[in-house]
Amino acid sequence: MVFTDVAVVGAGPAGLSAAIECAEAGANVILIDENTKPGGQLFKQIHKFFGSREHHAGVRGFRIGEELLLRARKLDIDVWLNCEVCGIYGGTELWIVKNRRESRRLKARKIILATGATENAVAFSGWTLPGVMGAGAAQTMINLHRVIPGNRVVMIGSGNVGVIVSYQLLQAGADVIAVVEAAPRLGGYGVHTAKLRRAGVPFFTSHTVLEARGKESVESVVIVRLDEYWKPVAGTEKELEADTVCIAAGLTPLIELAMLAGCEICFIPSLGGHVPVHDRRMRTSIESIYVAGDIAGVEEASTAMEEGRLSGIHASASLGLYSADKEEELSHQIWERLDVLRSGPFGEGRRKAKEKIISMKSMTQ
Amino acid sequence: MNDTKKKAWQSEGVKTSGTPTLEELTQTPGFPSEEFLYAGPVAFIECVEKIPCNPCETACPRGAITIGDNITELPMLDAGKCTGCGLCLPSCPGLAIYVKDYTFEQDRASIIFPFEYLPLPKKGDIVEMVDRFGETLCEGEILMVNTSSRNDQTSLIKAAFDKRHFIGVVSMKRLVT
Repeated sequence: MVFTDVAVVGAGPAGLSAAIECAEAGANVILIDENTKPGGQLFKQIHKFFGSREHHAGVRGFRIGEELLLRARKLDIDVWLNCEVCGIYGGTELWIVKNRRESRRLKARKIILATGATENAVAFSGWTLPGVMGAGAAQTMINLHRVIPGNRVVMIGSGNVGVIVSYQLLQAGADVIAVVEAAPRLGGYGVHTAKLRRAGVPFFTSHTVLEARGKESVESVVIVRLDEYWKPVAGTEKELEADTVCIAAGLTPLIELAMLAGCEICFIPSLGGHVPVHDRRMRTSIESIYVAGDIAGVEEASTAMEEGRLSGIHASASLGLYSADKEEELSHQIWERLDVLRSGPFGEGRRKAKEKIISMKSMTQ
Repeated sequence: MNDTKKKAWQSEGVKTSGTPTLEELTQTPGFPSEEFLYAGPVAFIECVEKIPCNPCETACPRGAITIGDNITELPMLDAGKCTGCGLCLPSCPGLAIYVKDYTFEQDRASIIFPFEYLPLPKKGDIVEMVDRFGETLCEGEILMVNTSSRNDQTSLIKAAFDKRHFIGVVSMKRLVT
């Protein structure tokens, strides 16, 4: 058994930020990730981030990742890679499988779950053909492995993931022949849709993919118009020559460990579905367990980093590393930045949804 | 602050076709007014949605771009202060700013736009200039390709094109490898 002050599960933007805060406060931290490298999705984010200077605006995501890794290294944070957390007991103990064969146990005074989210699938005829993949998978292929998944891509979903990955597929040299959106209006930021449009990418609103056709892999894709009840309109089918279908139909928080630990869970569709109830300190219904990032409601990397810091600050304070005043001061600064990121027509809904979760926590206390 | 220009509104264009319409753009505070449109190099800020973002404001050395403390406000361009230097272009994470100059030559206007595709054009190349819908409007001659490392892989391309397409042209067609 290994003992530590804080164990952080997941070394993406939230987990890295949480671990850095804890280490800076003077806690012993172990940061655990199932992947071979830390950074989570940050190293796939080759685009420049929005926000203000404090949110790293104008900086490409992977550079923010590099900066976080450098800070983690300087702080001598113990990073356990290739480690899957398979069990959580009594709110303080983790069962970890390293390299898929070696069992380890870790006892931590505080646990921060920053496990992220997983992509949603859309099922249609032919969806198991090679060439059909999550938009995130395509993004990993082009931006991390530098392998292009195909030359003619149909993107399902016009949210920010769909439009950002479409743009990056163009940058990788593919053609995006259609962005298909089931809703009557496009979802992502207008600056992203505008970039695609001036590159000649057509958008099909109120459309869905009916079928992917092909012998051994995708050769064509049939799209169809949807009526106001989201039912396919017969006779509006269009067959497009394509070798790749990317699905960007939202993300679902990875809450298995929180459920296993017995954390109270609530259902907030706008944040991705089931999320652990948590308070303004990012603490769940179990006192020793905190959450941060997409597990606490799907948002974006900028908010994930701020939530990670928040969880780290409060976990450290609960260990006695910060006075109540200092805790409040640091927390206040982060909440100001979070409120900014959750403002405007795109952020307002997320802010309200987060407030709803926080109000649930105060009711149960 | 000019309140009429700061009113909350929604671009139908970006939600349906993907791009704001020219009519919508002329109502946003980042689009140069008629008076400055044809008067020399000036920035066109095609930012039509209230998203929390403000790097363009600090990028401008002349204080020609104002967003204010509430960073979801749309950027307001003071076209009278704008010299068309282009420093705001690579600062915009949304690649939504370009500089156009109607007075460039007798028959040709010029544009500087951000470009993040490879291969890059070379000086002297003839390329296809496109509008917001990706439709080719006319040819363009590449005048400059700025790949300064401070712009972190956002290249700035300067091209000259037929003045008659001054309003329509926003970028160039992606080159094929």
